[in-house]
Amino acid sequence: MFFTIINNAIVQGIPLLFGSTGEILTEKSGNLNLGIPGIMYMGGCAGIMGAYIYENSTQTPSAALCIIIPLLCSLVGSGLLALIYSFLTITLRANQNVTGLAITTFGTGFGDFFGGSLTKLMGNNGNISVKLTSDYYKTTLPFAEDLGWFGKLFFSYGFLAYVAVITAIICAWFLKRTRAGLHLRAVGENPATADAAGINVTKYKYLATTIGGMIAGLGGLYFIMDYIGGSWTNGGMGDRGWLAIAIVIFAIWRPNLAILGSFIFGGLYIAYSYTSGLGRAASAIFNMLPYVVTIIVLIITSMRNKKENQPPQSLGLPYFREER
Amino acid sequence: MVKNNAEIETERKVHEPLFQIVKRDAMPWYKAWLVRAAAIILALAIGSVVIIMLTGYNPIQVYSAMFNGAFGSTRKIWITFQDLAMLLCISLAVTPAFKMRFWNIGAEGQTLIGGLTAAACMIYLGDKLPLYLTIPIMTVSCIISGMIWAVIPAFFKAKFNTNETLFTLMMNYVAMQLVSFCIVFWENPKDSNSVGVINRHTHGGWLPEIADQKYLLNIIIVAVIMISMYIYLKYSKQGYEISVVGESENTARYIGINVKKVIVRTMAISGALCGIAGLMIVAGTDHTITSDSVGGMGFTAIMVSWLAKFNPIVMALTSFLIVFLEVGAGAIVTDPKLGLNESVADILTGIILFFIIGSEFFVTYKINKRHNSSKEEA
Repeated sequence: MFFTIINNAIVQGIPLLFGSTGEILTEKSGNLNLGIPGIMYMGGCAGIMGAYIYENSTQTPSAALCIIIPLLCSLVGSGLLALIYSFLTITLRANQNVTGLAITTFGTGFGDFFGGSLTKLMGNNGNISVKLTSDYYKTTLPFAEDLGWFGKLFFSYGFLAYVAVITAIICAWFLKRTRAGLHLRAVGENPATADAAGINVTKYKYLATTIGGMIAGLGGLYFIMDYIGGSWTNGGMGDRGWLAIAIVIFAIWRPNLAILGSFIFGGLYIAYSYTSGLGRAASAIFNMLPYVVTIIVLIITSMRNKKENQPPQSLGLPYFREER
Repeated sequence: MVKNNAEIETERKVHEPLFQIVKRDAMPWYKAWLVRAAAIILALAIGSVVIIMLTGYNPIQVYSAMFNGAFGSTRKIWITFQDLAMLLCISLAVTPAFKMRFWNIGAEGQTLIGGLTAAACMIYLGDKLPLYLTIPIMTVSCIISGMIWAVIPAFFKAKFNTNETLFTLMMNYVAMQLVSFCIVFWENPKDSNSVGVINRHTHGGWLPEIADQKYLLNIIIVAVIMISMYIYLKYSKQGYEISVVGESENTARYIGINVKKVIVRTMAISGALCGIAGLMIVAGTDHTITSDSVGGMGFTAIMVSWLAKFNPIVMALTSFLIVFLEVGAGAIVTDPKLGLNESVADILTGIILFFIIGSEFFVTYKINKRHNSSKEEA
């Protein structure tokens, strides 16, 4: 029972972890990308579209292609959306909040439209479903079953779950231990100073935002392929995108803490189903908790005003060298 | 004179960029609007290509179908204007905060809390008190609840400089879950997980209909708010203080404006208007509440307000553009012949927004082409 809860919390937490890792990378460059929910939708939808078209185009789908095609589609889809965001906010210096919300509108619209209508557009009936691909995505390590609770806790996930954790750890290492990571943080804190030190601000911002978007998009892919099992429900991803942004604050902009944060928030997401007898009212309270906790963290970090726990200083501001 | 271009920075060798980007002094207003109009037309053209590819209609069919969806019958016209009024009301609500550069993206939650309060008043007071008592009580409590929801983040921003964008964003979801929580207690019939139409037969606490038109009262209220907001921002002392704080907090402090007070006061106004919007949605139109009652309008409103450059009168036009797209494009694709879903409207809205957002660059900045490359540059 206990291990089942933790197992489910982790499964719920993986999409959040992808989203928050991507957003941390983005925010470290000074871009507050509120388009993450849209980008995650896009990542999921592009992935399922790729899988559906591939499954329908061949009699004998091969396992490798079933994995690679949706993965690439997802990366390209979310990467493109993040690139639009980067172009508008970095090159054209548009307002980040407005641009981000526009990206979310577009991404959720794109996801709901094509996710809901692709079968009709291709002249088939029924709902989109890619059971076969989903099964490949869900394949766990072969010895997971034999190891009892240990296997269930550590080895019973599809490969994307491990990718999520590893990506978060790499990001933490990258930001803290590498020169490029130092430069990236400098760009997010004070782009004018970074610029003066000879760091290519535009390049860092573009790369961080686009790669961050691609990582977040994988969250959508995991949600669709692994958690849902290869079908699409409109609005099915719920508020997970915003929750991912909440985790960024909860983890005070540190990817390694985001791992813990995602699993806690994932646990809160499903906690109500284990509190039998408390009913739906309790589920609303449990769903509210992550946001309340995030608000409290946000208030406390701003009250204590410790330098290392603050948001990147230039978060949300465009950079124009000739403006003083 | 700054010599290098912003685009190319780390190069050790002297490299002459082709373009130099400089800020314009000010573009004449008609030219600025010409640029924006061009962006909208370009976006509509691309949008129609998308629709044509999806549906196989020709462009004229597309636009006549969109027009028909929004204005095809008296009932459709009323609904279009009702949607327009609600979106405009929330956009007006967020405007003073934005003018102050306070990024209030919590309009969704503030409106929802207003709606929740309205629903509570309808349920608990609607059938017990006469209408002339219920409505003032309901209005005041909606305004107060919206205000509270907005002032909480404003207080922490003023006091501790807490990031308001993230704070207000989180408050939205607290509000949504609060609504789901209340629905559990109010559900009718039992176990339906929805409130149903409140006071279906007695109409207790429903806002009155003017001239037998369900939506007319809402539209009049919003028109009044729009004009008052225009006057407030343009001619009042408080409106002036808002723009000074928005331009530069230091300047504001220097000339003796109490910045903290202005932040809290402006957000209180913002929240109050959201509360009124919630009242109109729940007591005036839907007569029920769900956690999706506001339907993302709180987020759309931010873009509407920004597109209008925070001008309340222009906002009527920009919200019309968005509503027309949503209603019109929705009408096309949900045609039973095609049976697609109405999310295509969001795709079109997104495309238009990208173009308008992008066009602002050309209004604010000028691109100079380099002619002669000076040699002493290094």
